[in-house]
Amino acid sequence: MLTKRLIVCLDVRNGKVTKGVKFKENVDLGDPVEMGRKYYLDGVDELVFYDIMASAEKRPIDIAMVRAVARKVFIPFSVGGGIRNLDDMREVLLAGAEKVSVNSLAVQNPDIISQGARAFGKQCIVLGMDAKKTGLPGLPSGYEVFVQGGRKAMGIDAIEWAKKAVALGAGEICVNSIDADGTKDGYELTLTRLIAEAVDVPVIASGGAGTPSHLVDVFNKGKADAGLVASMVHYGTYTIPAIKADLSAAGIPIRAAV
Amino acid sequence: MIVIVDYKAGNLTSVQLALAEVGEESVISSDPAIIAAADHLVFPGVGAAGSAMEELRRMDLEPVLKAYVATGKPFLGICVGCQIIMDWSLEDGRTDCLGLLPGGTDIFAASPESKVPHMGWNQIRFTKRAVSGRGPRHPLVMGIPDGSEFYFVHSYFPTPADTDHVLALTDYGGKPFASILGSGNIAACQFHVEKSGRWGLALLKNFCRWDGRLEGDGVC
Repeated sequence: MLTKRLIVCLDVRNGKVTKGVKFKENVDLGDPVEMGRKYYLDGVDELVFYDIMASAEKRPIDIAMVRAVARKVFIPFSVGGGIRNLDDMREVLLAGAEKVSVNSLAVQNPDIISQGARAFGKQCIVLGMDAKKTGLPGLPSGYEVFVQGGRKAMGIDAIEWAKKAVALGAGEICVNSIDADGTKDGYELTLTRLIAEAVDVPVIASGGAGTPSHLVDVFNKGKADAGLVASMVHYGTYTIPAIKADLSAAGIPIRAAV
Repeated sequence: MIVIVDYKAGNLTSVQLALAEVGEESVISSDPAIIAAADHLVFPGVGAAGSAMEELRRMDLEPVLKAYVATGKPFLGICVGCQIIMDWSLEDGRTDCLGLLPGGTDIFAASPESKVPHMGWNQIRFTKRAVSGRGPRHPLVMGIPDGSEFYFVHSYFPTPADTDHVLALTDYGGKPFASILGSGNIAACQFHVEKSGRWGLALLKNFCRWDGRLEGDGVC
């Protein structure tokens, strides 16, 4: 049976893993390659590295870091932030990443999704999406897409955007709830479920994980295929084996931590 | 020397890095002389079977691979490399493949419970061909527990004509498919060995230690 996936997210700023609350108040936590290696050895199923300042600073992604990760981590990992075009995608994939994640770029230029899917295969292209319940009139779901690290509202419906991205060739959707991000109060289950039911590609839930039971909920009620965690493991509150043991005990199919 | 066949099939570096992690040096090459001189050949694959075969033929590597396999030295196909060792593939229309093992490929039927591609970690179950009563016996899977998870990304899967060539099965879409194939000095995995963590590395290490021969009846 295909297992649910536990994914650790490493936000990288100035070469260090960082963590903020609701996209603000960032603190440095350590070296991304070393932290990635540790989570890999602990049995995490996948890793995500976001170069969170690349877009804002209008510079390419830190490709040396991607290469260094590929030398130390032997599970799939994806890379996002600072992807500007097809050449950037190619560079990241050839450096050893399994997938690339596009967010703001895809909202501005949806064609990049289909171009990437054609060139590298759908399974390489992850649509990252930051969404927030704004109730803006005209949005069928009430959830609105934001770009630029959650700073800029786009007036686009999150569910509609997810469907469009999949039609264009996105192989996976990572849904980040701006409201839940960093709160440790649990994932935004409704948003996750609405998207999981609307598309036929895997959905990764992001934002709000604080305990293993939040993951159980997002798999069972949110219908997610994978759950992204950050602070609950970065600060040592939980370990990967402990989370997996809890998921397994709750009846969630999950790969054994080794 | 371990050689990774380069036929412009995408990212070969990951395979090389995984080999380095288990202490094995390798070269990535499309040079027929280097491939012929290999003592272990790794045949990765990313993308579609049709375009992969097209590229192999354009580079005139088909006879080189067949000649290598005929020497009895160990050969490992990975992912699409596990499909194009078959007689044919239905990907990109019907494509004639290498014909190293009899049979073809099929595609998963998509459903809400089993999305296509099959992507993520899934378990393998060894067949009787791979194990004895004392645990895994085929040299490739030595020390790897039954039920271990490996990382898959694929829509097509091999359908060997001879069930004796199936070393492991994986369940997806409500039925099992062949996830490890083996016949003589040929072995192939549908999953990405290089991205499958501890057990993927263990399998690679086993491959590097294998001389291509099998004990007893010549199968296991």
